[in-house]
Order: sequence, then C-alpha cells, then structure tokens
Amino acid sequence: MKSVVKQEIQGLNGDEAVALAAKQCDVDVVASYPITPQTIIVEKFAEYVANGEVETEYVCTESEHSAMAACLAASATGARVFTASASAGLALMHEMLFVTSGCRAPVVMAIANRALSAPLNIHGDHSDAMAERDSGWIQVYCENAQEVYDSVIQAFRIAEHLDVQLPVMVCLDGFTVSHTLENTQVLPDDTVKRFVGTRQFPVVLTHEGKTVPFKLDPENPMTMGPMALPNYYFEFKRQQEEAMRNALEVIPQVHDEYAEMSGRRYGEGLLEQYALEDAEVAIVCLGSTAGTVKTVVDDLRAEGVKAGLLRIRTYRPFPAEAIVKALDNVKAAAVMERSMSFGGRGGAVFHEVRNALYDTAARPFTVNYIHGLGGRDTNPSQIRMIYNDLQKIMHSKRVDDPVRFVGLRE
Amino acid sequence: MTTKEKSWKEASPAGVCWKSSATYLTGDWKTFRPERDVTKCTKCLICTIFCPDGAIHWKVEKDDIEFDMSFCKGCGICANECPTKAIVMKM
Repeated sequence: MKSVVKQEIQGLNGDEAVALAAKQCDVDVVASYPITPQTIIVEKFAEYVANGEVETEYVCTESEHSAMAACLAASATGARVFTASASAGLALMHEMLFVTSGCRAPVVMAIANRALSAPLNIHGDHSDAMAERDSGWIQVYCENAQEVYDSVIQAFRIAEHLDVQLPVMVCLDGFTVSHTLENTQVLPDDTVKRFVGTRQFPVVLTHEGKTVPFKLDPENPMTMGPMALPNYYFEFKRQQEEAMRNALEVIPQVHDEYAEMSGRRYGEGLLEQYALEDAEVAIVCLGSTAGTVKTVVDDLRAEGVKAGLLRIRTYRPFPAEAIVKALDNVKAAAVMERSMSFGGRGGAVFHEVRNALYDTAARPFTVNYIHGLGGRDTNPSQIRMIYNDLQKIMHSKRVDDPVRFVGLRE
Repeated sequence: MTTKEKSWKEASPAGVCWKSSATYLTGDWKTFRPERDVTKCTKCLICTIFCPDGAIHWKVEKDDIEFDMSFCKGCGICANECPTKAIVMKM
C-alpha cells in the first residue's frame, strides 16, 4: 500500500474547499454566474485568475443557462471545465444540463444546495439538485468541507473516465457546509495534478470515415449532439444509461486510489455505513445531516440500542444493490430527506430506497421523514425521536403513516 | 430506412454522425411526391431556388430540371411556388 501524502491543514468553508480543489485540478475553463450560497466558489476562483495563480479562461456569463452552454461548448473542444450553481440558477440551467450529459461532456459542477422559490429562501435543502436527478448527471452528496474538497478532485477522474464520460455534480448543503469554516486537509498541488492527469478521449467514427479523439477539432471535423429522430434517439439514451452503470464501478475505483494517497475514506465511495453491521434500526440520509445522525447513533449505542446509519454518497447512479446489502440485517429503516415530491407519497430518495428493497426476502419496514426544508435545523433530539419511532415500528411490525415531517410546527 | 441501422453498442456516442448528409438519404420521409407536367413547365427554375433541401437540380446536359428523390422530403413548396402550376403533389 502506498504511503499517505503529507498534507497541510487549512481553515476553509465548503465553498472555499471547492474553489481550491478546482484550482488544483488544472481547469482550462470556468464559465459561471454567481448565486447564493455558491457565490464564494466563483468569487474565490475569479481571485485566483486575477492573481495569475491559474491559467484558466474565466467567462462571466449573463445567466446560468448561458454559463452551462459555455461550459458544454468548452468541454466539447477538449477543455477541462468547472462551474458552480444553486437553486434558481440550477433550475435555469435545466435545459442545458440534458444537452451537456447528452453530448457526453465531462463538466464538473459544484452545487451549494438551496431551496427553490416561492416563497424566496436562500437556505439549504436538496430541492434544487433533486429536481435535476433525471438530467443524466452523476450526483455526489457530501457531508462536510473535507469531503467536498476530496470529492471535487475525484469528480474530474470519474467524469473523464473513458467508460463514463458524463458530467458530475458535487453537492454541498447550503450554509451548513458551504459557509461553515472547518479544518480541511489539503494535498500538495503537484500531487493533485498527477492524480487528475490530463483529459483522455475515447475514439469515435466521424462522417469522413476517420476514427479520431472525441473532441471538436478543425483538422478532424465532427458533429456532436445533432438531431436524432425516432430511429436513433433511443439508442443514444441507452448509451447514457450504460455510462451510469459503468460509473457504479468507476466511482469506488477512483475513491480507493484517492484514499490510498490521502488517507481518507467515505465508505467505498457509493455509500458510507456507520455502526450498521449489526443494526436493527437505521437512518438513511444524504449530506450534512449524517454528521448529526452519527452523534445520536453513538449516544444510542452507549445505551444499548442497535442503531445505525447509511449515508448515500452517490445518489446518481443509484447504488441499489449496495443499499440492499447494507440494510440486510435492518428491521426498520427511516429515509430522511430534505426535499419534497409534492403529491408523490414521500420524497425521491424514499421512493428509490423502498423500490430497491421490494424484492428482498427480509424486506425491512421503511418510513420517510421530510426535514430541514428551507434551511430549518434538524437537531439531535429529533433524530432520537426517529430512532424511537423505528423501534416501535420494529416491534409492532406496522407502518401506519409512511410519510412524516420532522421539525414542522403542527 | 435507407441503410442498416446500428445498435446502441455500435453507434458513436453523443450522436456523432458517422456519415455525412450527402450519404444520409432523407427521401424516404416523404408522403407526397412532386409530379411535373412538362407541357406547362417554362423552366423558370423558381422551384430550384425554393426547394429547402436543394433536391431540384438544373441539368445542363438535359437542358432541363431533375428531382432528386433520394432527398426530396415531399414538402410541396415547389408545387406551391410554381407560377404555371406545372407541379402537383401526389401520394
């Protein structure tokens, strides 16, 4: 096993950790439009450009729709591209997100998760990224600034992997992670540069009958993402699905390689399990909530309660098989999520976790807890209450009300 | 279909075209085809200008126009624009 690289500890908030990671990844183009709570990311990166610390071409666009269009175009020429967004900004990119994934452009974007209007709210929840879950982007949800730093670096390797070639969103909870100062271990510049390497390209057959690298090049012209009618569109979508399935293999590989170098692991890259091995009751969640849940799990374990946590780190592609395996011994599981699917009988994460468990022999009881919308805090006593509910469900073998709200004034 | 179609595993990613528009025949999209009454046609060539697919050619050797049915999508613009009503669209 390779030895862990000596690292410097810096005081960084989540946004600064993103900007620093992107800086170290030798990014060619950043095209962006600022929006709270990601603004620090693009401000910080603009500072690097102004100071001559990077050779990145920085494009100030007039909207997020344009920002993503510029990112896609730059990526198509073979550039390594980074951007950031949140909330209404991400929603404005909606159309271009599909064009970017459809063109197989490995753009990396940080999302400082924020609620969607109306009413206007600038604080953290997952409504923005969840609304884009079907846009063909890989989605990684981080717990803290350290993981954000590590995940942005890994994201370039995942996105640009020859078997993947898909854009990646690295999600960090607005304010809770984006604006909170943490001790963050930072790798040396040259170590990161070596780890990400230079962008690799698959070869494609062009209209001239040539087999050339997949990028726009005047010497070897090609047409990307043109019209595909009922006779071909379906085939191209199936290719994107295959790339997502490949990502389920690639993400743990990249995570492993990074862990050997940095000494930091987040489960095996797809899921993080905490005291789950012999757990009877478990919470499944994404993002910074996991930090609070871990504290409660420690307290409950000291009291003899077999409580555990499953944090979904990679939400797209959805690691269904790994989730089934992780929840193998669990009798009752609660899915905590920070977004609504109005009228959907629970949120998106709940639907998918339940769906994954449906065909298992020892199907655990599942219940959904919507919490933390618009940045509302979720405290340890509320999480303790959820574990109490799970124990009741485990003993009564009944889920009377599968969709519940935590921290709501009733 | 004009050629044997590729499976999803064979096709280039991102819809990258593996043949040029010159070899991608779009003539089989049509429902109606143009028919010309040569006794009414004055060879004014207005149809060649209006054809959105460039599928009507002036042939010097024939001293006449020619419809390229491999690319005519049957839109009927030529028939609409023809000043002598020499072109009609038929199934």
